[in-house]
Amino acid sequence: MANVPADLKYTKEHEWIRVEGNVGVVGITWFAQDQLGDVVFVELPEVGRELKQNEQFGVVESVKTVSDLYIPVSGKVVEVNTKLEGSPELINQDPYGEGWILKIEIANPAELDSLLDAAGYEAFTKEG
Amino acid sequence: MNESLKRTPLYELHQKLGARMVPFGGWEMPVQYAGVIEEHRAVRQAAGLFDVSHMGEFEISGPQALDLIQLVSTNNAAKLAVGEVQYSLMCYENGTVVDDILVYRLGEHRYWLVVNAGNTQKDWEWINVARERAGLRNLELVNRSDEIALLALQGPKAEEILQPLAPGAVLSEMAPFTHKMGVTVAGVPTLVLSRTGYTGEDGFEIYVKAGDAAALWEALLEAGEDEGLLPCGLGARDTLRFEAKLPLYGHEISDQHNPLEAGLGFAVKLKKGVDFIGREALAQIKERGLTRKLVGIEMIDRGIPRQGYPVAVGGQTVGEVTTGSFSPTLEKNIGLAYVPVEHSEVGTEVEVIIRGRALKARVVETPFYRSPHKR
Repeated sequence: MANVPADLKYTKEHEWIRVEGNVGVVGITWFAQDQLGDVVFVELPEVGRELKQNEQFGVVESVKTVSDLYIPVSGKVVEVNTKLEGSPELINQDPYGEGWILKIEIANPAELDSLLDAAGYEAFTKEG
Repeated sequence: MNESLKRTPLYELHQKLGARMVPFGGWEMPVQYAGVIEEHRAVRQAAGLFDVSHMGEFEISGPQALDLIQLVSTNNAAKLAVGEVQYSLMCYENGTVVDDILVYRLGEHRYWLVVNAGNTQKDWEWINVARERAGLRNLELVNRSDEIALLALQGPKAEEILQPLAPGAVLSEMAPFTHKMGVTVAGVPTLVLSRTGYTGEDGFEIYVKAGDAAALWEALLEAGEDEGLLPCGLGARDTLRFEAKLPLYGHEISDQHNPLEAGLGFAVKLKKGVDFIGREALAQIKERGLTRKLVGIEMIDRGIPRQGYPVAVGGQTVGEVTTGSFSPTLEKNIGLAYVPVEHSEVGTEVEVIIRGRALKARVVETPFYRSPHKR
């Protein structure tokens, strides 16, 4: 069932972040893609955009639903996964790998402490 | 899940198949099993099985049965032979739509009206009031919705899957929009078996007593497994009907729209010789000419049109999207929208306002999809 890698941090809006030095890789969780169903469109932000923690930065659409994306930590977008423009289904197929959405230069590492760990996120999704 | 929602006789089988259930029209219905796109493609290429037991069925019988149907329905039910089915609309006095319906002629003086789940109560009251006002006493009107379940087997392989299970009927002789009564399918006695559907493909709709639905569902799924038959939810039903430009109540038709602007003039028979409810208003609308029309649009820019999104021309909002989606068959982002007649020509460029941005789209031919298999 639910797939919640231990090495990531999570938001209550179902984004994950993997910290690699001063950069965070961001995507949506297995649970989120499962709830959405077939993802058919992803709206990505501009590279270089400055985001504040919890700011809406894009949209992911499945056949039936439109869902906003929120950034787990503040920072500057340094890369977006342009593969998603042609292959949005990567989010379903590999949400923690090929389906990553963006990379952000982390402005304030202390914000990471406000995110859920794997156990916390798993418990949160089970509350339903 | 809201406890006031109704469940079909197949509820437990849907759970067993891992369906995701959602509220729809007062019912708790499966929206998807494997996934909307996979189910959609199964119906276009092989076959899909839908539980549509939430639909409502009213039986009207007796010498004045036809009089009542002619009064509430825009199409001409007098043209129906026993064994035929007709698409029609019920309209308000002002010509807007109460519901779209199927009219089945089961016998000399016996008819079924099949109505949308979410409209069943409203339609029932509407028909009863119409009957009362017209003083039609020589007929019997029964709401049989709770005792009847409905399965839809849809797709190019539907006949191939169904025929071996129904040795008492020659399905190849059944034309679209015809039905047979009393056919046994996989040992299950059916009430009505019709060559109808809501997917743009060939297929059958099978009405059975509620208690017989589970046995039929399981027998059909098993029989079709090798042909690629999949159980399908309301998600795929919506994308399929949308590609074929079949209207959905609350989207393309409602009490804010008339059938003429929705492109359903083929089901409005102003000259049928009965002053049906809404006839005068629709005649006037036809004479004056339409002000807006339902058109198909295809996105030029990246983005998916969705119901309620504004449609603009030169920065001015002129209309609204009624249904929009990624089309699994065309692999394009498309929509249906009401626009003023002057902007309805195929090829016209319009904008769809998606999250505050005006994205380019163009008016295209509809239906978006026509089945190469359809009889």
